Amino acid sequence: MKKVFGIESTAHTFSCSLVSSIDGGVHGQILSDVRSIYTPPPGSGIHPREASRHHVEVAPKIVEQSLTQAGMAMDEVDAVSFSAGPGLGPCLRVGATVARSLALYYKKPLVPVNHAIGHIELAIMLTGAKDPIILLVSGGHTLITAFSFGRWRVFGETLDLTIGQLIDQFGREAGFSSPSGPKIEELAERSSNFIPLPYTVKGNDTSFSGILTSAKKLLQNGKDLESLCFSLQEIAFAMLAEVTERALAFTEKREVLLTGGVAANRRLQEMLSEVSKRHGAGFLVVPKEYSGDCGAQIAWTGLLAHLADISVEVEKSFVKQSWRLDRVDVKWRD
Amino acid sequence: MERLIRKGAEADIYLGELFGRKAILKIRKPKPYRQPDLDSGIRKRRTLHEASFLVDARKAGVSTPLVYFIDPDKAEIVMQYIKGKRLKEIISDSKQSDIDTLYSEVGRSIAKLHKDSIIHGDLTTSNFLVIKNDVLVFIDFGLAFSSQRLEDKAVDLHLMKEALTSAHSKVADKAFSKILEGYSEVAGVKMVKDLVKKVREIERRGRYTRVE
Repeated sequence: MKKVFGIESTAHTFSCSLVSSIDGGVHGQILSDVRSIYTPPPGSGIHPREASRHHVEVAPKIVEQSLTQAGMAMDEVDAVSFSAGPGLGPCLRVGATVARSLALYYKKPLVPVNHAIGHIELAIMLTGAKDPIILLVSGGHTLITAFSFGRWRVFGETLDLTIGQLIDQFGREAGFSSPSGPKIEELAERSSNFIPLPYTVKGNDTSFSGILTSAKKLLQNGKDLESLCFSLQEIAFAMLAEVTERALAFTEKREVLLTGGVAANRRLQEMLSEVSKRHGAGFLVVPKEYSGDCGAQIAWTGLLAHLADISVEVEKSFVKQSWRLDRVDVKWRD
Repeated sequence: MERLIRKGAEADIYLGELFGRKAILKIRKPKPYRQPDLDSGIRKRRTLHEASFLVDARKAGVSTPLVYFIDPDKAEIVMQYIKGKRLKEIISDSKQSDIDTLYSEVGRSIAKLHKDSIIHGDLTTSNFLVIKNDVLVFIDFGLAFSSQRLEDKAVDLHLMKEALTSAHSKVADKAFSKILEGYSEVAGVKMVKDLVKKVREIERRGRYTRVE
């Protein structure tokens, strides 16, 4: 049984987790997952430096709590993994610094993990998906991917904003704190008044900037917030459903897996479940508590990478702010 | 009478007959998960676009199926049946060198469309039919629109590249450079240079760089 310690710090979340392997890495058990989330003041967005300051403050406490919760000491761990990108530079560097120190002091291998692949691997482990087409939706990502020839291949992605950015930036205009997804979802459920907003799909790619501009303008002109939240969700999610359906029809996969922070949205789940049904594919969604950024995604993926002998020397353990998932050779899958 | 031959993402394709000839009936069926006004708007708009761009593309010198009949309110198009394989299947079945000329032809045809301000909007390897291994027929113009902007042409090429790197990763680089070669035969080397630069810029945009 292998045990890997993971540190997540790509954006607003600093989180540590301990995960152990069962059956030689086919299944994992999350022994602990402790998080602290930086919340910017209402109406303003995440400031990388402020977020990293938060991470520095909470880091020692979170490391300790995650070990205590797992009932384990750092000596017993087989490797230390960290989110090496993509993400915000100052935030990434905090996690990387903590990971390097732990790896050096306890003489453990250091394992870099791609954050997007972390979302994917954890979702696969928790849902038991076999060979899915995946829609990854969060503040940092909006893409459709499936595994082929050693890598996660991108079948479609956003050409400008991510769906999380669209939701948060509109929420900010309405005076909410980020992340504002739950608040917008709640308001949307109270309306069925449809206001047209730009629907922009290009092949399997999406563009959300038109929706943001229009919705903000309509809000400033006094349109009611509930109808705008409803329409924004209906249009943006219909776009995501459409591009997923395109990729599904193209690849002829038998499963659709929804993951990332926005995966928790019930309306999006409903739409994708109907898309899957139409094509006779199974629909899976990551459990809500693990949809957002968390240490477990890094610890679990770190464990898979460790089993495939992947590690990095401390001197070469740079963070990569725009590390694309389709650049990663995934040696633990075939 | 009609037989369902393909259930696409957007439309169902039936094979039937019209005046004794084989014909395709393409129906964009309602999607129950979409808000009804949004759904009917999308289906009607795309049906009209498809019909008119299938015709415009022919004028630009690119082969497309003939349009026989359209009903925008039902989102239906009846068009010529083309007996051919999808490029996607041909790529999976062939060796790279066998279909180099086909890739160049893809590039030349895209350039012809662009020259006439037609942006296809959905360039994937499922949206070309190939007859007897050399004649190329463009289908699926539902996302097409008219534009002369470099940006729109570059997005079109980016979609082509994305389809190749995702579904045909082993041949993608070579195939895409052949496509660009063909494109430059029609549009010139300078144009291709500008486009490639723009494609790179577009590809950098959607990526984790700016979280505000």
